[in-house]
Amino acid sequence: MDKDQIRRAVTRIAHEIIEANKGTDDLCLIGIRTRGVALAERINKSIEEIEGAALPMGILDITLYRDDLTRIDTNPVVRETSIDFDIHDKKIVLVDDVLYTGRTIRSALNAINDYGRPAKIQLAVLIDRGHRELPIKADYVGKNIPTAKNENVKVTMSETDDKEDQVTVKRGKTS
Amino acid sequence: MSLLIKSARIVNANKEEKKTQDILIEKGKITKIAASIKKDGAKTFDAKGLIVTPGLIDIHVHFRTPGQEYKETIETGARAAVKGGFTTVMCMPNTQPVIDNAAIVESIIDEAKAVGICNVIPIAAISRGQKDEELVDMYEIKKAGALALSDDGKSVVNSQLMRMAIQYADQAGMVLLQHCEDPLVSAGGAMNEGENSTRLGIKGDPGISESIIVGRDIELVNYLGGHVHFCHMSTKRSIELIRMAKAQGINVTAEACPHHFTLTDDAVQSFDTSTKVNPPLRTGEDVEAVKEGIKDGTIDCIVTDHAPHSAEDKEVDFQHAPFGMIGLETSVGLTMTELVHKGVISLSQMVDKMSTAQAKIVGLENKGQIKEGFDGDITVIDPDQEWEVTETDTVSKSKNTPFFGYNLKGRVKATIFAGKMVFEDV
Amino acid sequence: MSKWTHRHLVDLHDLSREDIEMIFESANSFREVNTRDVKKVPTLRGKSVICLFFEPSTRTRVSFELAAKRLSADTINISGSSSSLTKGETILDTAKNLEAMNVDLLIVRHPVAGIPRVLADNCKAGIINGGDGMRAHPSQALLDMYTIQERFGKIDGLHVGIVGDILHSRVARSNIVGLLKMGAKVSVCGPATLMPPGIESYGVDVVESVDDLIKEVDVLMLLRLQKERQKQKYLASVNEYSTVWGVNEKRLEAAKKEILIMHPGPTNRGVELSGDVADGGHSVILNQVTNGIAIRMAILYLLSTVRDEGLVSTQ
Repeated sequence: MDKDQIRRAVTRIAHEIIEANKGTDDLCLIGIRTRGVALAERINKSIEEIEGAALPMGILDITLYRDDLTRIDTNPVVRETSIDFDIHDKKIVLVDDVLYTGRTIRSALNAINDYGRPAKIQLAVLIDRGHRELPIKADYVGKNIPTAKNENVKVTMSETDDKEDQVTVKRGKTS
Repeated sequence: MSLLIKSARIVNANKEEKKTQDILIEKGKITKIAASIKKDGAKTFDAKGLIVTPGLIDIHVHFRTPGQEYKETIETGARAAVKGGFTTVMCMPNTQPVIDNAAIVESIIDEAKAVGICNVIPIAAISRGQKDEELVDMYEIKKAGALALSDDGKSVVNSQLMRMAIQYADQAGMVLLQHCEDPLVSAGGAMNEGENSTRLGIKGDPGISESIIVGRDIELVNYLGGHVHFCHMSTKRSIELIRMAKAQGINVTAEACPHHFTLTDDAVQSFDTSTKVNPPLRTGEDVEAVKEGIKDGTIDCIVTDHAPHSAEDKEVDFQHAPFGMIGLETSVGLTMTELVHKGVISLSQMVDKMSTAQAKIVGLENKGQIKEGFDGDITVIDPDQEWEVTETDTVSKSKNTPFFGYNLKGRVKATIFAGKMVFEDV
Repeated sequence: MSKWTHRHLVDLHDLSREDIEMIFESANSFREVNTRDVKKVPTLRGKSVICLFFEPSTRTRVSFELAAKRLSADTINISGSSSSLTKGETILDTAKNLEAMNVDLLIVRHPVAGIPRVLADNCKAGIINGGDGMRAHPSQALLDMYTIQERFGKIDGLHVGIVGDILHSRVARSNIVGLLKMGAKVSVCGPATLMPPGIESYGVDVVESVDDLIKEVDVLMLLRLQKERQKQKYLASVNEYSTVWGVNEKRLEAAKKEILIMHPGPTNRGVELSGDVADGGHSVILNQVTNGIAIRMAILYLLSTVRDEGLVSTQ
């Protein structure tokens, strides 16, 4: 996927979110660190262009909710979570870059629970690469990319990676 | 029964022989020293390539008998002594009960005779029960066979009592060995007070707790006459005071231990409780001063302060661990490595400090020299053999030493006591 | 990204500046957790944390215990007297026994210096020094530095004064080590009898008068004065101490506007500092307590992330 394809996918997801929720009432976005945040910001910007107002947006770090704390190689630094609005009875769209096993989303759902009780949680991802290990499904998908387990999906975004937007699939160690 | 030592390169305190000689020992005495001796029926020992010294003497060891035989007994202590090259050791009275009367002195002498591998002479306390209150019966104790008195483990702090002790001991012909430590100054200190104690957060014992007593006792001897011998000197200032006193003709003598000229208080950084000794390991400056004192004669002798403690006693935290490390088996190795091979002292000086001078200080007759008519106590040393200190080779009942793993140069090859081979390194 | 490699927290000597920054960064997130309605995250679910305290302590123990509980670890408190342990079972035996029950982290406070170091050298469980003798109190120093960083946005270049019984203070020693590592200038001040020998070797200045010190510093850290120091002859009297070294509003008039007043607690009001200073606008004494939990959560979290194999010990 190149820069333009990513831009189009973001715009389409923004439209789909508004359409599925019949507007933007009670709607808010929560980006999962790190690239989910950049993606959520872009989606929000797109929504603002369409609807004239941006949604409340939060940032979620799921490190504390991971189920593989002592099994990962590089040690995760815990960064701040910032959700400075009340999520009670809100419709939340969780945003992440790649949906793979579903474990990150499971962690994010647990984390959101500790902040309150939303009316509804939906999921938007740029890439769905398959191989789910949990019963989790995305509501909005930029692109489905069927992959093998030994392949690695690499998303780069200008905000987080200092490189042009791109999605590539490489053989090698799964991340 | 006679023993003939062939090709011995004899080192006495006053002379290091260039040519080898043979030494004949008969009925426990050295009867003949000559270029070549033939004696039918004598057991022979070939000392070719080795140096042969008078049997080493250590007037400062702890054999924990009576009362704490789980740490060391007369027998295990004696075995450690002969392995270290010592034929005479004097054991300190801070036992349970304290050696402060003729009966206990006799019982230890009897027990040592039964073991029979070296000369073990008990030291009696200066004050009854080491309580710093009343003097012991010095004449009785001398008659029982002790030569010296000490409250080692602590000082005679009471200045008036020390005054009396010096006068009384001088008249009775006993030597006073003073452990120098003002307990109100050292109060609870577990290591040297200084940069390291600050960083480690361990309560320090400042060097002045030692030099205050050294200074006081010099004043007492200056005023009264008599003689005081200072145990295990560890600080630069104590040594300076003794040097001044000797220059003024005041009759004091002093000893130092191998750990005080090899280790500094940096060794405590490991929290290894075997580095906890009293007086504590001091600074590099103090270590240099101890070496200088040994070199210029301010320090008369090298003793071990062999202080065995069981693993259970030492396997507690640093603050609660008892003071002391064993030393008999490493003394020759450490002295040769640190002092002789590094050119601080000569072999003759080593013999003086580890034997001859000590015999003189406590009045041991016919010991401390290889000379016709003297006792047949002899130590054979390979000055160049390199060896590693290991726990498995240690024969003392306790293994509390920080020197395991050290590589030393100079090793005791054989120890002869009263003409009997009591240790041979095989 | 730098990696956390320490299994134990025994002494700030063992940590690099980056390690300390990583603790601060993690603490930022935990501070957020502590403001939620649900003050709990599942991070250390299934881990066992034991507080093994051989000295009375309320705030450090409660702070560690809350930190562990908010991370969903199981916690147990054991308090003992050091004297009973020196007799029969050694402290190492105790630790080995707890380890045999598969305990993950042991927080140890002991009146004797060096105990946590010895345990760390001999145990598989992670050891956290909760204060050993006069030697070190790393979690306190970390929370103090974190509080300074929170207020000034930095530590580098600040001047911190520590006043009081430096000789007996593990808080002072750990803060000196940590603050110097983070680039601060540190000055100490107190009665000469309570100034440990060789303190200058750390690279700190010894200042004779509190009034001279107050003018210079950005942060003034006051240490608790144990009343028994008078009986031990370190002091003429507690009253005199408070007159010469105590900090009150009048003394503070000469200080910089932004000066922070810190105290590891519990305070002796009227001795180290007056009540109005303790409760005044410069005081961050309660912030220290609040930040203590976040810092200790960060410590527990980071130590738990180190796997058994291929680890770098603190030694």
